[in-house]
Amino acid sequence: MTTAMNNVGRPTRLVAGTGAVAETFTGNKALMLEEPLLFERGSLDTSGVDLPPVPPVPDRLGGLGRDAVIGLPGFSEPEAVRHYTRLSRQNYAIDLGIFPLGSCTMKHNPRLNEKMARLPGFADIHPLQPQSTVQGALELIDVLADWLMKLTGMPAVAMSPKAGAHGELCGMVAIRAALDAKNDPRRVVLVPESAHGTNPATAAFCGFTVENIPANDRGRVDLDAMLARLGPDVAAVMITNPNTCGLFEPDLKRISDAVHAVGGYVYCDGANFNAIVGRVRPGDLGVDAMHINLHKTFSTPHGGGGPGSGPVVLSAALAPFAPIPFVRKTAKGLELVEEDTAGTHANQSFGRMVAFHGQMGMFVRALSYMMSHGADGLRQVAEDAVLNANYILASLKDLYTAPFAASGPCMHEALFSDDFLDGTGLSTLDLAKALIDEGFHPMTVYFPLVVHGAMLVEPTETESKANLDQLIGAMRHVATQMLADPDAWRTGPHFAPRRRLDETLAARKPVLAFKDSEVA
Amino acid sequence: MLATIGAASVDDLFQDVPAEAVLDGPIAGLPNHASEMAVERALVKMAGKNLTASTTPFFVGCGAYKHHVPATVDMVIQRGEFLTAYTPYQPEIAQGTLQVLFEFQTQVARLTGMEVANASMYDGSTAMTEAVFMARRITRKSKCIVSAGVHPHYTSVLKTLTRFTGDVVEAGTPVFTPGAPGDDLASLIASIDAETSCVVVQNPNLFGHVADLTPLADACHKAGALLIVVVTEIVSLGAIKSPGEMGADIVVGEGQSLGAGLLFGGPYLGLFACREKHVRQAPGRLCGETVDASGKRGFVLTLSTREQHIRREKATSNICTNSGLIALAFSAHLSLLGEKGLRHLAALNHARTVQLADRLSRMPGVTLLNGPFFNEFTLDLGREARPVVRKLAEKGVLGGVSLGRLWPGEKALANGMIVAVTETATDEDFDAYEDALDEVMA
Repeated sequence: MTTAMNNVGRPTRLVAGTGAVAETFTGNKALMLEEPLLFERGSLDTSGVDLPPVPPVPDRLGGLGRDAVIGLPGFSEPEAVRHYTRLSRQNYAIDLGIFPLGSCTMKHNPRLNEKMARLPGFADIHPLQPQSTVQGALELIDVLADWLMKLTGMPAVAMSPKAGAHGELCGMVAIRAALDAKNDPRRVVLVPESAHGTNPATAAFCGFTVENIPANDRGRVDLDAMLARLGPDVAAVMITNPNTCGLFEPDLKRISDAVHAVGGYVYCDGANFNAIVGRVRPGDLGVDAMHINLHKTFSTPHGGGGPGSGPVVLSAALAPFAPIPFVRKTAKGLELVEEDTAGTHANQSFGRMVAFHGQMGMFVRALSYMMSHGADGLRQVAEDAVLNANYILASLKDLYTAPFAASGPCMHEALFSDDFLDGTGLSTLDLAKALIDEGFHPMTVYFPLVVHGAMLVEPTETESKANLDQLIGAMRHVATQMLADPDAWRTGPHFAPRRRLDETLAARKPVLAFKDSEVA
Repeated sequence: MLATIGAASVDDLFQDVPAEAVLDGPIAGLPNHASEMAVERALVKMAGKNLTASTTPFFVGCGAYKHHVPATVDMVIQRGEFLTAYTPYQPEIAQGTLQVLFEFQTQVARLTGMEVANASMYDGSTAMTEAVFMARRITRKSKCIVSAGVHPHYTSVLKTLTRFTGDVVEAGTPVFTPGAPGDDLASLIASIDAETSCVVVQNPNLFGHVADLTPLADACHKAGALLIVVVTEIVSLGAIKSPGEMGADIVVGEGQSLGAGLLFGGPYLGLFACREKHVRQAPGRLCGETVDASGKRGFVLTLSTREQHIRREKATSNICTNSGLIALAFSAHLSLLGEKGLRHLAALNHARTVQLADRLSRMPGVTLLNGPFFNEFTLDLGREARPVVRKLAEKGVLGGVSLGRLWPGEKALANGMIVAVTETATDEDFDAYEDALDEVMA
């Protein structure tokens, strides 16, 4: 068995016979630094935090003191800084280069937003302070709400949802509450098969039955199938616009009118609002509820998987059912409507979605972005994002299979399939790993499900033409080489901090926490 | 670029937008773009209207606590490679985030005394709701009994979602047993029946009371139900026996105390830990260890067949984006503390709380309701507490949370005020609090 060494000269755990070679004593290679786990490096009696002494008073823990060792190693400050700095260098990030994940919208995160979110007046206030002491915070929420309502053309907004999927839940609960208020038993929710997985999952959580509506050969919802399915049992349709194929749904207004005519509601997944912000208002398309991912359209950082923020704009029909708390203007100033005031002013509210008031830190960042761009700049955000995506589509469609390119321009993302790799034994996954070796984060792969081996490329407005040309050049190079010599491309990536990882092993024998007994 | 595309103008690219929805220019009623300096000026002005915790004697808790966050934590989460990364869908170039999540899961599991933890939820309240749904999936029963000592906002969130899921939630009104406010363990045990999927209890509870949950765990297990323990002050686990040691099946918590700061309620950090045998019913993302093609250890997101992007309407949860960066802040803060530092921090919080509880309970008209507590206690002020809290704020003291704000309809609770004390409160803050309360009560 060969073993690679970590940087204390100790073998890391390896599978026997895999042929790993320790080329250096430490396992490091110049600036390619391996980093052991906290549990292999820290110690139980090290602390990097300086605290005042504990006053000698008898405890009042009722005999429930924690005696056994917990097992939490500590770092000194320099150890901690190095641990996390070394780990950070094993991550790709928008700060390092183009991050063209379709549907995820990885745009530049302006640093002013970070600075503003850290102002003590926003960061160092408690959610349950008396309202007279947080008027500035309520003002920020109120101003942001006003921007969101005007940008979407909708009369109300619920601010507390914590992320996009949580916003979907808010919208669908509001629809369910509106139906219940009318004793309307309809329970079917229609979801296009190209939808994000969160849509059907959310609908199911609210007690709805999900039925899929197929896409047509132009990548849009099949209008005839949709209209044919509408009826008195349909509670709502959930539709993404622009959709997950990166295409505008031109019939959304017709669908909305037809859904309303049979007594249902229209939920719009606003994940792709960044493609149309400032150019189209969803309120003009008959939408009843739409969440807005502040971490997509309005540039709050994705943070390696959150936090997000998902305010939901609501139509007049759904507004009375909005969750508490919410901010309201009164003669005495701004008021946070909670349980006590809700009884008199919002008696149809469906209740709370979260313990407190939503993602304040994300609100500050998003408002900072909106104020910086303004109504004119946000419109240009959408235009530049769409221009960049169409440039990619036009520059690759002769080589990559572009299933819907014939039906006209795309919106903010370009969709390809891996049909052009047929016969090579290679797939989208291999192409994605090859792009990693080229120094890019790959596009979104295998989503949407309506296209075989989908590759969804979203450049965002952040990227210059020079950056796009480099990505296009790399994608053309990789595809051309794969077609010419398929066998050379089955085992990437080769230059990343890790080679291809065994996801099957991870799922078959889950190791979800470190166990001390496994220390080599 | 337009020539390559074959379009005459950018407007042509929006040709699918129906004519009635086309906007000719920027949306009316909103300002145009502004300079960095102008935006900063406007937002600084808004922020200046708030009374910040660090500039005032501060004793507010109830699910969010003011702790000192080491400067290193903010440096770590502002590393662009963490801040501006996405969910680690391409693990070969996301090992930084993935290893952090693996370390975080291990820390949370050990802190709560459980075997495994997920990679985070939105906050404590949503984590609690997900735990109740998970208990239903495991036990195939749907009656959930919630202790009246659970934060009422958490119970409210649970009730919002269970209106539609078929879960039956039984939640009572808190009772002030002398020396054990909100302690309803005996009645919870009596309520457990064959239909019970789970009992949800908070420890320390909303009123600060600390209880031994072992008898409750035994009663749950005897009836085939699960015990869900909520921890809103995670620092308490540096001093108090963990829920896992007392027999919990699922532990959920609010991780805000470590790494996040107050942030007016968000973004916070939902903690979710459980037994290994139940992990396939757990919500949210899980990071697991594996090896790469050359045999090197690495980490990936795993068991994703539970999740919405694979299972769609049959998923264990609809959660997608969670609280990755706050999990990093939590993990970095906890690794800077280490076991030694966490125990010190917890002991300091407790001792300072004992000191203030003794001072305030000696004041005329003020009664301390708690026996055992950690860093939070409840006072009976002998008069309605909500105006007292407001008058304290007028004197620049943020003295606590009135029960009237949390239970607006309950007259029997109206005289109660919950006071939290952390390592950040100084002797001068104690003096200022006592003086202000003395004046307000006079």
